Amino acid sequence: MTDSKITEQTDQQPETLVQIRGLYKKFNISGDFLDQLKFKGGKIVREQEFVHAINGVNLDIQKGEALCVVGESGCGKSTVARTVMGLITPSAGSISYRGERIDDLDDKQLLPYRKKMQMIFQNPYASLNPRMTIAQTLEEPVRLHNPDWSAQQVRDKVHEVMFSVGIDPSWGERFAHEFSGGQRQRISIARALAVDPEFIVADEPISALDVSIQAQVLNLLMDAQEKRNLTYLFITHDLAVVEHFGTRVAVMYLGSLCELAPTKTLFAKPRHPYTQALMSAIPRLEDDRPPHIKLQGEVPTPVNLPSGCVFHGRCPYANERCKQEIPKLITTDEGGQVACHGVEEGRI
Amino acid sequence: MTTENQTSANKMPVPEKAPSAWERFKETHVWHSFIKDRVAQISLTIFMGYVIMALFAPAIAPFDPYDPTQIDIMNSELPPSWDEEMGDEQFWLGTDAQGRDLWSTILYGTRISLTIGICAVLLQATIGIIIGLIAGYRGGRVDNILMRFADVQLSFSTMMVAIVVLAVFQASFGTELYQDLARIMLVLVIGIAEWPQYARTIRASVLAEKKKEYVDAARVMGLGQMRIMFRHILPNTLSPILVISTVQVANAIISEASLSFLGLGMPVSQPSLGSLISSGFEYIFSGAWWITVIPGIVLVVLVLVMNLLGDWLRDVLNPKLYKG
Repeated sequence: MTDSKITEQTDQQPETLVQIRGLYKKFNISGDFLDQLKFKGGKIVREQEFVHAINGVNLDIQKGEALCVVGESGCGKSTVARTVMGLITPSAGSISYRGERIDDLDDKQLLPYRKKMQMIFQNPYASLNPRMTIAQTLEEPVRLHNPDWSAQQVRDKVHEVMFSVGIDPSWGERFAHEFSGGQRQRISIARALAVDPEFIVADEPISALDVSIQAQVLNLLMDAQEKRNLTYLFITHDLAVVEHFGTRVAVMYLGSLCELAPTKTLFAKPRHPYTQALMSAIPRLEDDRPPHIKLQGEVPTPVNLPSGCVFHGRCPYANERCKQEIPKLITTDEGGQVACHGVEEGRI
Repeated sequence: MTTENQTSANKMPVPEKAPSAWERFKETHVWHSFIKDRVAQISLTIFMGYVIMALFAPAIAPFDPYDPTQIDIMNSELPPSWDEEMGDEQFWLGTDAQGRDLWSTILYGTRISLTIGICAVLLQATIGIIIGLIAGYRGGRVDNILMRFADVQLSFSTMMVAIVVLAVFQASFGTELYQDLARIMLVLVIGIAEWPQYARTIRASVLAEKKKEYVDAARVMGLGQMRIMFRHILPNTLSPILVISTVQVANAIISEASLSFLGLGMPVSQPSLGSLISSGFEYIFSGAWWITVIPGIVLVVLVLVMNLLGDWLRDVLNPKLYKG
C-alpha cells in the first residue's frame, strides 16, 4: 500500500514524527442488524452502507513543522485528526509515532503516547467540562501523567502553563462558563500544553472564535511552537491562516489527499486542479488576478464514491484514465506531491 | 481586568478564594426561579415540615406507639379531640383500633414511609446510574444487552414483582421473620423493581454528553473509562437525576403504602402510613373514619408536594422549557 516515492522522500527528510500509511475509515450508516435486512428479488439480503470518510491517505508529519490540512467541510480532515489521536479506530492502514505503530494499541499502552500527543478542539464552549473549575481541568492531566509529583509541583506546572497562555493563574477557581470564547480556547491550549507534549493536533482551533481573537490565539500557538519546540497538525479551512501559519499544506478532497506541498510552493504554484480552484477562491485586493475558477456540480456523496480519481466529475481536465484509475501521489519538481493523472502526464 | 489584578495581588500569599458554594447558588437560575415560584416555596416548606416531623418523631410524639406499656386497649377508637362527645384531650387526632395515639403513630409512620422511600430510591439510583452510564458510554452490544434487561424489568409491573417476591418470602420464611425484615425487604423490592427508570434517563443524557468535546479531551488525555464516566459525564447528567429522584421518592412511598395496604408491607406493630390506612379500613364503616382518613391525607399531601417539587425542578432544569 505504501507508495515507493514517498518512502524515498521521507528518507531524505530530517525526522518523521507521525507517519500515516494507507489510512481508510468508513462509518457504517445502515443501522442495526434488523435495519440491514432488505427484501430483494424474492430473497432476504443483508445490505450495509458506509460513509467513506478517509480513502487511502498517506501523510508524514515532520518534527518541528506545522502541517496544515485544508479542504471543504466533509472532506475528512477532522476524521484524519481524530484518527491520529486514537479517538477513532481506522478501518485500514497504520499510524506510527516515531516509528512505533500506535493505531492498534489499547488505552493503557497508549498512555505514554498521550503525554507526547495532545489535541486542541474546535469548540471552546464544549471542550471544557462545565462542572469542573479551570484548575481542576488543568491539574487532571498533569497528575495523571506525573503520578509521583507533589501537589505543589502540580500546582506550579499549572500556574506555568496558565501564565504562558495569558490566563491569570489566580482565576483557577472559576468555572469555564465564566470565561469568554477566546479565554476558553487559551485554557484548552493550556490543557494540551500541561503535559509537555511534542506533537499537537489542532482541529480548527480558531474557527469558532471572533476574528479579532483568532489572530491572538494563532500567535499564541506560534509562540508555543517556538518556545516548546512543538509540531502541529493543524486542521483548518481558512487559507489565510494556512499562509501565515503552515510549513506545509495538505489539500484534501472527499477523503483523499490531492496535493501536499510547502506552503510557499502551494500558494505560488498550485498543481492539482482542485487546489487551483481553491486558491482562486481566496478573496484578494488585486485587480490583475486570474479569473475565479468555477467548478461544475457539487461534491459527490461519500456514500457512493466516484470511481477513479474522486475529483474527476468536476475536473475540467478529466479524461478516461481519471475515471478508471485512482491517482497516486507523485513528487513534483517543486518539492511537493500531487495526486493527479493530468500532472503526471504533463497535461496540466 | 484591573480589579482582577488587584485582588490577585492582595491575596498573593494565599490561594485565590472562590465565591462560596452558597454564594454561587444564589446566582443560579434555580434560586431565582425558586424565589419567584409560590408553589415551589409552599411545597418545599411543607416537605421540610414532613422531614422535620420524621427526623424528630420521638421528640415530638406524645406517646411511643412501639411501646406496648403506653398503649391501653380501653382507649381504642377514640375520635379526634375536637369531637366534644367522645374526644379525649390526650389524643389530638384520636386513637386507632389498638388504642395507640394516632398523631404519634402518624409521626412514626411518616418516618418509616420516608425512610423506605428514600432508601429505595438510593438503591434504584445506584443500580440505574451505573447501568445507564455503562450502557450509554460503551454503546453497541453492551448497550443493547443492558437496555433489553431494562425493558424486561419494565414489562413486569413494580407491584406484581413486589407482591410475588414479598408473598413468597412471607410464605417460605414465616411471618415473624418477615416482620423483622419488612423494612429491608421493601427497600430491596422497590429499589430493584424500578431501576430501569434511572438507567434509561441516565443513558439518554450520557448519549448526549459523550458527543461533547470535553469527553474527547478527557480521552485524549488518557483518562480511564471509569474516570471519564463518573468524574466527567456523571456530574453533567445530575439535573435529570435530581428531577426523577423527587418523583421516584413519591412513587416509592406510594408503592410502599400500596404494599402495606395489601398486607405485604410494614407489620401492624410498626405501621407505616400505608399500613395505618389499611388497619383503619376495617373500621371505616363503624364510624372510625379518622384512622384511615387522617393518615390518608398525610400521605396524599406528602406525595403531592414531592410531585410539585419535581415538576418545578424539571421546568427549571430543562432549558428547552424555560427558554422556549
